[in-house]
Amino acid sequence: MSVITYRQALRDTLRAEMLRDENVFVMGEEIGVFEGSYKITEGLLKEFGEKRVRDTPIAEEGFVGAAVGSAMLGLRPVVELMTINFSLIAIDQIVNHAAKIYGMFGGQTPVPMVIRTPGGGGQQLGATHSQNIELYYSFVPGLKVLAPSTPADAASMFRAAVRDDDPVLFLENLGLYNTKGEVPDGDESVAEIGRAKVTREGTDITLIGYSRMAMVAGQVAEQLAEQGISVEVVDLRSLRPLDRQTVVDSVRKTSCAVICEDDWLTYGIGAEIAASIQEGAFDYLDAPVRRVAMAEVPMPYAKPLETAALPSVESITTAVKETLDAVGRRVG
Amino acid sequence: MTEIYMPRLSDTMEEGVISSWAKNVGDKVASGDVLVEIETDKAVMEYEAYEDGYLVEQYVSAGDTVPIGAVIGFIGETPDAEAPDAEGAPAAPAQGSEQGAEQASEQAGEKPAETAPAAPAPAADGEGPARPRTSPLARRLAKEYGLDIDAIEGSGPKGRIVRADVEAARDRAASGAPAAAPAAAAAPAAAPAAQAGTEDPRGSEELKVSQMRKTIARRMVESKQQAPHFYLRRTIDAEPLKAFRAQINEQLADTGTKISFNDLIVKAAATTLKAHPEVNRSWEDGRLLQHHRVNVGVAVAIDEGLVVPVLHDTDTATLSDISARTRDLAGKARDGKLKPQDMSGGTFSVSNLGMFGIDSFSAVINTPESAILAVGAMKPTPVVHDGEVVARNTIALELSVDHRAVDGAVGAAFLKDLAEVLESPMRIIL
Repeated sequence: MSVITYRQALRDTLRAEMLRDENVFVMGEEIGVFEGSYKITEGLLKEFGEKRVRDTPIAEEGFVGAAVGSAMLGLRPVVELMTINFSLIAIDQIVNHAAKIYGMFGGQTPVPMVIRTPGGGGQQLGATHSQNIELYYSFVPGLKVLAPSTPADAASMFRAAVRDDDPVLFLENLGLYNTKGEVPDGDESVAEIGRAKVTREGTDITLIGYSRMAMVAGQVAEQLAEQGISVEVVDLRSLRPLDRQTVVDSVRKTSCAVICEDDWLTYGIGAEIAASIQEGAFDYLDAPVRRVAMAEVPMPYAKPLETAALPSVESITTAVKETLDAVGRRVG
Repeated sequence: MTEIYMPRLSDTMEEGVISSWAKNVGDKVASGDVLVEIETDKAVMEYEAYEDGYLVEQYVSAGDTVPIGAVIGFIGETPDAEAPDAEGAPAAPAQGSEQGAEQASEQAGEKPAETAPAAPAPAADGEGPARPRTSPLARRLAKEYGLDIDAIEGSGPKGRIVRADVEAARDRAASGAPAAAPAAAAAPAAAPAAQAGTEDPRGSEELKVSQMRKTIARRMVESKQQAPHFYLRRTIDAEPLKAFRAQINEQLADTGTKISFNDLIVKAAATTLKAHPEVNRSWEDGRLLQHHRVNVGVAVAIDEGLVVPVLHDTDTATLSDISARTRDLAGKARDGKLKPQDMSGGTFSVSNLGMFGIDSFSAVINTPESAILAVGAMKPTPVVHDGEVVARNTIALELSVDHRAVDGAVGAAFLKDLAEVLESPMRIIL
């Protein structure tokens, strides 16, 4: 067992997949000579050469389209979009082509491609470079959307993404790249896509998150444990397909839930989770389901405002305490 | 555009049941039309519209109970007029919007202003005016434990009943301790209700409690708890009464009227009360009231329970009048058509179980009246008459008296006179 960063886990796994299958190749802006804006492709150009590590022009629609075509012809492209914000330029290729081709043309060819891309705010990158718009893709049948929160999950879920025959949007987060976690040595495990995970068991309340928010939820649970509050944390891991059952089972146990999300509240991922909870656990709910999300504003640049706009350990803790208060469990 | 409120239809009414709607949503309504039938603690009453328009909303369904003042319906100028939503409908409409805002801020965490329009779910509770706020879990558990959710006090936000409250109520019921809250209904101290997880050894099922049953339960407990009863007994020689009744009914043969023993006793009681005004009193909230009218109530058993219609000014009414009015009121009672005024204003009651062969019994005073006369069966009894033991028809009378208003000797003097009147029945009508 070694402790490595989320970034390292991704890089190692990407390299291993390229070694394992010669059809796997990478494409994107600044991923070759510059070795990637976030260094996920460090050393790959040197090792695999220009044929399998292809720097592209700043033309997302073009190179995502090229990836769709190559996947249709049997290759397994891994496209890096520098941030999820830039996927908007390629959204037609993703939603109208990658997601539709297999079904629309009678299953003649799958589109086994991966789009790796980080979302997230908190880096003072301004309103257009700090968004969490994974919802746009989680909404679309034909796509799979994975959002790991730990180095171990990043590795096993990336393996699953590369080996899956459907187009996968693989969501990373700027706030997670430097986080560390244990990854089993020589691990070759392939995650099952569409499975959430109870990352911490508890009895008093269910805290639900994904990507960075799953990590923050874990921190909240850790702090509240010291006050005698037993928080169960559910990491969604996969936004499509969505594992409703794990969420519902947890809420049936704890009777109340708080959902944390980095995206906007209105129509956000949390709305879907809340709807799933009332559908599957209505008679088990002892308090309204709460959502803690980003402020409904374009992300401010100024650091204090940016910090205030994002959900935090403090705002989630407040929501948890208020919810526990509502069910008669007074917390200091 | 008018809201229809649950009206106060009797002095003692606290809530009403929508018995049935006479108008459907969308129906044209004219002033004076019967809108809805309302079951109060005393009767089923028709309730009329006060203005023209269309019934655009029924907030309360037939069979449901709401407190006085709750909005039950809405009359608009057009059939498709916009009615305020149910959340805005409870007794204090201002509360509705407050609830909505609270709900939104609950949902939106710390930023209600920014996100309120996003997450309101205004009718999410789906609760009509009278339903208590409960969490779905609390509702389910209350059902599971066999507890009446209405009787549980909520400790959550805005009084929401949550799991902790239901479990506390269950524990109270299980320990047999009287509940602190109105939960008493669900947890009678003497006989704990069926408990969760254990089968009731009596094979019980919970029945729906009618308004009348609730009222009887409440009033009888009030009477026995607050009015210190004492009881006076006297057996009368009923032969003269029997002969008098036969004579009267012979006279009335052509009219179709037939005077009963009960009519005679009611009239005798009224006559005697007129002569003993100190019994025609009430102890009410620390005040002693002297009633100048003599209004005798007659207990009538009906399928659903018991009602006591009142014969107003019984002392001045003729026997045939009393007979006809009693019959009329008893009929209305059985049809559930008694109006509140038919049952209010009593100053004394008569309860007769003679038709069941009951020798004598002790009745519970119909407070705030001060006394009730319990009448047993007329039956042949060996008595000493003119120095000889002979068999004569007798009737046992028992007077229950509220000692707060009437003392023993006063009550005894009244009963003595009443007995003498009944034994010299010509005095009944003199």
